[in-house]
Amino acid sequence: MQPLRPVSPGARLLLGAGFFAVFLGLWLWVTEGGHVPALFLASPGRTLAAGWSLLTEYGFLGDIAVTVFRVVGGFLIAAAFAVPLGLLMGAFKPVEAFFEPFFSFARYLPASAFIPLLILWAGVGEAQKLAVIVIGSVFQLVIMVAVIAGGTRMDLVEAAYTLGSRPLGILRRVVIPAAAPQVAETLRLVLGWAWTYVIVAELIGASSGIGHMIMDSQRLLDTGQMIFGIVVIGVIGLVTDFAVKLLNRRLFPWAAL
Amino acid sequence: MSGKTLRIDGVTRTFPARGRTPPTLALQPTSLAVAPGEFVAILGPSGCGKSTLLRIVAGLDRPTAGTVSLEGRPVAGPGPDRGMVFQSYTLFPWLTVERNIRYGLVERGLPEAEQAAIAARFIARTGLAGFEHHWPRQLSGGMQQRTALARALANDPEILLLDEPFGALDHQTRELMQELLLEIWEGDRKTVLFVTHDIDEAIFLANRVLVMSARPGRIKAEVPVPLPYPREWTVKTTPEFGALKARLMAEIREEVRRAAVSAGA
Ligand SMILES: Nc1ncnc2c1ncn2[C@@H]1O[C@H](COP(=O)(O)OP(=O)(O)OP(=O)(O)O)[C@@H](O)[C@H]1O
Ligand SMILES: [Mg+2]
Repeated sequence: MQPLRPVSPGARLLLGAGFFAVFLGLWLWVTEGGHVPALFLASPGRTLAAGWSLLTEYGFLGDIAVTVFRVVGGFLIAAAFAVPLGLLMGAFKPVEAFFEPFFSFARYLPASAFIPLLILWAGVGEAQKLAVIVIGSVFQLVIMVAVIAGGTRMDLVEAAYTLGSRPLGILRRVVIPAAAPQVAETLRLVLGWAWTYVIVAELIGASSGIGHMIMDSQRLLDTGQMIFGIVVIGVIGLVTDFAVKLLNRRLFPWAAL
Repeated sequence: MSGKTLRIDGVTRTFPARGRTPPTLALQPTSLAVAPGEFVAILGPSGCGKSTLLRIVAGLDRPTAGTVSLEGRPVAGPGPDRGMVFQSYTLFPWLTVERNIRYGLVERGLPEAEQAAIAARFIARTGLAGFEHHWPRQLSGGMQQRTALARALANDPEILLLDEPFGALDHQTRELMQELLLEIWEGDRKTVLFVTHDIDEAIFLANRVLVMSARPGRIKAEVPVPLPYPREWTVKTTPEFGALKARLMAEIREEVRRAAVSAGA
């Protein structure tokens, strides 16, 4: 092994799959080998069986759809607000000076602590679930986008000026395209956070969704169902993450060079 | 040949103090007129204020005192009438070579077909054919600077400001680029203000060489270059070229030494 030396795609896949195999092996060993009681931790087989019954008998697909809707909805609302504002803040320093101090404060407000308040304000419906995700991600996103846009190379801005750009042209044709790949990467990151917020929101005062199912299963002491729910979240996360990564590479081929 | 006269009048630049660093006088009052169609080279040691002067002409920096005007109209900020090629690579990484060259044309709102025709012409003139759809990161340094030159030229500026555009290139590429630039200039005689610290480059290209003193910079000598155009690279071996070079070397050596002494080197 040499520092920073890349690995071949095949080896990368093999190594990545390897750790999943190790993980699964350990899980099999502690459960099937009787090292932990089945009450606390279901075996992989039991988890799969529980998942199958969830999907076929308890309409778990509906829960998954509801949760995905909440994540995507909350994330889109946050992005629609945060990306334009962040870009404006990064490009125009007075705008940044106006918003930045408050947003820096607001991003340390824990979204989960808002849940009781939000239930008071918005009830336990969809608006409350979306609000948790929006509160959890919007402030962070604004600040991160502003930093990215603010880091636009000054020499490129100057080159654009000498080619006839005006301030709005600089924003549209330099700041935004220069920031786009990093903003897309940031959105990918924040989408991951949205998944944790949605589950927190669904653990309290929800009647549907993956988080709600996990809560219900705890009452029934069904660790198989609980673990299946958690694994489903992980798999969806992994798949969307991979898809977004691929999309970014297609959208910004120049950034990967 | 038609064009506007550039006038630089008593331009001074002092960079204000920041924290513990005292204010820097980068440019002493400098005056200069460049007639339409001239190729003026500004030669000076590192740190003497060459870039500062060029940036002020481009409108990217403001003089502390003095004025810059183009055909009597004061320069208040950057604009497409003064095209610039920078010492560092400043192609837009998200645009292909062709799209980079079109940047200013899009900004001017030219029709698509006209943009494409102009871009194609400058791609051919700068020898970039076959690389139209490459990303800047896929190009060598020489090709990136060719693209930057084509991008500035395509915009048809009144004046071309070149800040050591070939400074980062190796010797051979540099000579090729000089010939390319000369050929383009001989074709359309656009006014050029060219900053360099390479004596050969200044003589080979310019019809007038201004020597700047060590920091704080001022123009300490002006040397006309009476070599006829079109010039071939063979001109570099003529006795006239050698005599000009000897004279400029004497001027420059003194300044470089002074710069080194004041920097404590
Ligand atoms: N933004 C700035 N703030 C403070 N000082 C500056 C700034 N820009 C330039 N200077 C100083 O002004 C002087 C002239 O700088 P300038 O970049 O014009 O030199 P130059 O002749 O182009 O040098 P080189 O040949 O190395 O490019 C230098 O001493 C530099 O340190
Ligand atoms: Mg310089």
